[in-house]
Amino acid sequence: MTDPTPAPRPAAHDRVNAALARVLTVSIMLAAAIALIGATMHLSRHGAERPAYATYAPAEEALRAPAAILAAAMAADGRAIIQLGVLVLVVTPVLRVAFALVGFALERDRLYVALSAVVLAVLALGLIGVLD
Amino acid sequence: MGGEYRGARANDPRGPVRWGAVDLTLFTLALFAGSVAAGMLGALTGLGGGVVIIPLLVLVMGVDLRYAIGASLVAVIATSAGAAATFRREGLTNLRIGILLEVATTVGAIAGAVVAAYVSRSVISTVFGLVLLWTAWTSFRPVKPGAIAETPDPLATRLRLDGVVATPDGPRPYRVRRVPAGFLVMFGAGVLSALVGIGSGIVKVLAMDRLMRVPFKVSTATSNFMIGVTAAASVGVYLHRGQIEPALAAPVALGALGGAFMGGRLLPRVNVAVLRRVFAVVVLLAAVQMIYRGAAGRV
Repeated sequence: MTDPTPAPRPAAHDRVNAALARVLTVSIMLAAAIALIGATMHLSRHGAERPAYATYAPAEEALRAPAAILAAAMAADGRAIIQLGVLVLVVTPVLRVAFALVGFALERDRLYVALSAVVLAVLALGLIGVLD
Repeated sequence: MGGEYRGARANDPRGPVRWGAVDLTLFTLALFAGSVAAGMLGALTGLGGGVVIIPLLVLVMGVDLRYAIGASLVAVIATSAGAAATFRREGLTNLRIGILLEVATTVGAIAGAVVAAYVSRSVISTVFGLVLLWTAWTSFRPVKPGAIAETPDPLATRLRLDGVVATPDGPRPYRVRRVPAGFLVMFGAGVLSALVGIGSGIVKVLAMDRLMRVPFKVSTATSNFMIGVTAAASVGVYLHRGQIEPALAAPVALGALGGAFMGGRLLPRVNVAVLRRVFAVVVLLAAVQMIYRGAAGRV
């Protein structure tokens, strides 16, 4: 029987983890701040209206694709600004996978670099909107 | 853009409260408060907020199920990222297991989100109700951590999935097994997550802990990592479909994030066993409602 204890984690991975924790914190706070600003703006303009979410109507084109969302947010539309916050939020887990890829690359772990790349590709597939 | 907004339509009050008579500001604040409670319950019971957020939106706030699913998934990403950033459990995550299984969960999530467009809401509501029933069952009978496997598995060894977990008796190596079965279940967890708008953390934890023999603490941390990535895949699809309504996503995600954070702080001072029973009853009532509505075609 060989010794079952696996090799200790290389220090490079720990540095990547520490950087990741900081990036995640900044990313989530940024998303929350953007959404809060957008929600405040939206309510200041439309807060007296009646909520109409019992009947479904898909969001406008300006609130769907990342480029359109950015353009609408620049025009100071409250809902588009919230949607920009949602985009930042969606990017957060993508960053986690990207950091994992970097960590595996530093360990020269080709298999897991490839698997991380596959996950990133699947996430990109959903985000660029070729499926809907 | 403000002109296009169709906020001022007559409401169809299906919830217990006549939200049609309430303005958007009050509605948003109520939704925020409810989401804080949902996020707190999710963190305290360890069962996630998604299972409470959808009944909150659909049954209490009278929101259409499609909006509810979109908003819930955004909240799932927020709580997953928030837990990773603030609770500092990241060190327990087995990144190799996470990445390998995410190939399955993200492909499943994309498939689930695409298929969701062709599945009737009655079916989605019924499936969600069944998930709630199962959640209530597991909160009455909490998952007991499985035994740590000692013998190596050839595939897990080749994939370098084995790791070391800290125990009261010092660091202990663990062996992962049944990788193909775990991978398959994770694909299903991805489909389920996207279809009904939950993180499906319980499925992920059970698949890792029971099936693959990943130690419980490592399973929950790795599951949390996977939940956010899985939801990001389906939210991408739902965004392009126009199913993410920002005016709902903001209060729900911000509330759930804040609630989860507070729940994490409260955890040491709360009787979790009692809370889980209360939670189970609430979830059970919601399950009956969702299944009834699904069967009656009232969604």
